[in-house]
Amino acid sequence: MHEFKGTENYIATEELQVAVNAAIALEKPLLIKGEPGTGKTLLAFEVAKALNKPIYTWHVKSTTVAQQGLYEYDAVARLRDSQFGDTRVNDISQYIIKGKMWQAFEEDGQAVLLIDEIDKADIEFPNDLLLELDKMEFYCYELQKTIQAKTRPIVIITSNNEKELPDAFLRRCFFHYIRFPERQTMIDIINVHFPKIEDELMEEALKVFYGLREIHGLKKKPSTSELIDWIRLLKLGKNTKDDLQNIDYVTTQPPYFGSLLKNEQDYEHILKAKRSSQNTFKRF
Amino acid sequence: MLIAYNFLILNMFLDFFLLLKEEGLPVSIGEYLNLLEALNNKVTAFSVEEFYFLSKTILIKHEQFLDRYDLLFGKYFHGIQLEDSEKKEIPTDWLQKEMNRLFSEEEKEMIAKMGGLDKLMERLQQLMEEQKEKHQGGNKWIGTGGTSPFGNGGYNPEGINIGGDGGGRNAVKVWEKRAFQNYASDVELNTRNIKLALKRLRILTREGVEDELDLHTTIEKTCKNAGYLDIEMHPSRKNRVKVLLFFDVGGSMDPYVELCEQLFSAAKSELKHLEFFYFHNCVYESLWKDNVLRYSDRIPTFDILHKFNSDYRVIFVGDATMSPYELTALGGSVEHYNDESGISWLHRFVQKFPNIVWLNPSNEYYWDSLPTIQVVKEIFKERMFPMTLDGLAKAMKTLKGKKVVH
Repeated sequence: MHEFKGTENYIATEELQVAVNAAIALEKPLLIKGEPGTGKTLLAFEVAKALNKPIYTWHVKSTTVAQQGLYEYDAVARLRDSQFGDTRVNDISQYIIKGKMWQAFEEDGQAVLLIDEIDKADIEFPNDLLLELDKMEFYCYELQKTIQAKTRPIVIITSNNEKELPDAFLRRCFFHYIRFPERQTMIDIINVHFPKIEDELMEEALKVFYGLREIHGLKKKPSTSELIDWIRLLKLGKNTKDDLQNIDYVTTQPPYFGSLLKNEQDYEHILKAKRSSQNTFKRF
Repeated sequence: MLIAYNFLILNMFLDFFLLLKEEGLPVSIGEYLNLLEALNNKVTAFSVEEFYFLSKTILIKHEQFLDRYDLLFGKYFHGIQLEDSEKKEIPTDWLQKEMNRLFSEEEKEMIAKMGGLDKLMERLQQLMEEQKEKHQGGNKWIGTGGTSPFGNGGYNPEGINIGGDGGGRNAVKVWEKRAFQNYASDVELNTRNIKLALKRLRILTREGVEDELDLHTTIEKTCKNAGYLDIEMHPSRKNRVKVLLFFDVGGSMDPYVELCEQLFSAAKSELKHLEFFYFHNCVYESLWKDNVLRYSDRIPTFDILHKFNSDYRVIFVGDATMSPYELTALGGSVEHYNDESGISWLHRFVQKFPNIVWLNPSNEYYWDSLPTIQVVKEIFKERMFPMTLDGLAKAMKTLKGKKVVH
């Protein structure tokens, strides 16, 4: 059996590896949650890459309904064809548009199916997929046949916690919460992305980064993806560790600060917090 | 021998599973079987840490339970680990366990809320004294439960951690880091959360203007019409739930103003058919819609009871904390002379509206100790819910159906 151990671009903690491998071995969907920017969606792509399997991604929006993942019947096209006497009209399968799930089911080998941001859809959405995820089959009424997965795909589902998922759905999944990377893991991740980074620059960058994360009350704390983008900019701008020293946020700011902090209110918040701490010192 | 060993191991897992169940974690037999299957398939190497990862991913489905799981895992497997691998000294976590046993989750929370060290110690003193009175002679556990765990158990988030980890033990285990502690308690109630909770309260019906193409009937009719288009329309599905909101304002409700504002704004944007009224402490013969004009512009309660029919869902928001007279006595109101007691007014509402709940923003932990809350809860046939995410969800479920969901 192939085991997932992360890839050269993706550092997976042991915890995550166990979760993924358990889900693959027991053929259960794996529900992934975690702070934004900790690599939830990326995981599915990396699993597909590591195990050399094709990937089907189903990005869920607020208007998505479960049926769309299975198939859609283009009744309007058929209706139009019928009005013009098109002979295609006799073959209903011409008007069945396969969804991502069907496509993944049809794959000869095992496929990876990513259902991204399942919490964006209506609260009933997960309930409509219970049987499909359990049995990996569904019934197509128009063709009057049951579509069954040739090989059960590896299903990875991500959620940002905007809505609570129903219990019945949760019971069918394995669950993993990607915790925010610890310092050492973070260093590994940076090294994967920037193999030639100078230690001093990384040290200073991490100091700024974790310093920011520690400020209480930020709406959106910078996360891994922001850190990676930021370091990329630092490297492009040929910044050195000196640019990152003595930053007090009031008079000086780290270069490319906007890529770390994406919320205007957060920016104000930091200014206020730093200013008031400076004033406290002045009073003494 | 091997069989016996396996049997022992199985028993151990089962005990652990039952412990989780007992402690209120939502685990089911299906998940337990999955776990066994995974172990059988040798998904992981057999170390405690791997078992921790595996069991966590299979048994726990929500991050809010992760912390409790970590705790229980530590509690259960620590002792077992110690027995075969290390000396049998009384480990420091013995105290921690004792602490677990002695203090309920709520009490731990209370300790967190009580603020500084001094306050905590005062409270500690109180607790000890209470215990002494009940258990004569000051049993052994008072000593341990009362003092040492505070130094050691690490339950005080304010951080009075004197003892630290016991000697002779390995580095901190993953589950002992309690990395998920925050996810458990900080299910913060904000407008968005409330909106989502209110979404549960929806009754979708097709009523009104026909503004949507009814594809199915159109196709069917077109077929019957020998292929010539016959368009059929129907009204779109809309949420037509009707809600009456009654807010308690002033006095003891002041600390919850922000929470009520959030609920109000969420309700206004989520519910199309919403009417709201204010009262103070308890409903009497009149209510008001505008807090500025509360003394001049009042609406007779009977008008409300007559105007809205019983398919309205009714939500009372208040802490139900008042003097008992305000509920039971004629003239008991703090603001005016009421001819009828508060109780009889509340009864009228409960009788008129079968779908009624009371949302109480005060801490559920104190409910039992306040008689007026008890009375109101009884009048509302147990349909009183705390104003937390969970409470709100349950309240909405109860409002939707006829059953009380607790």
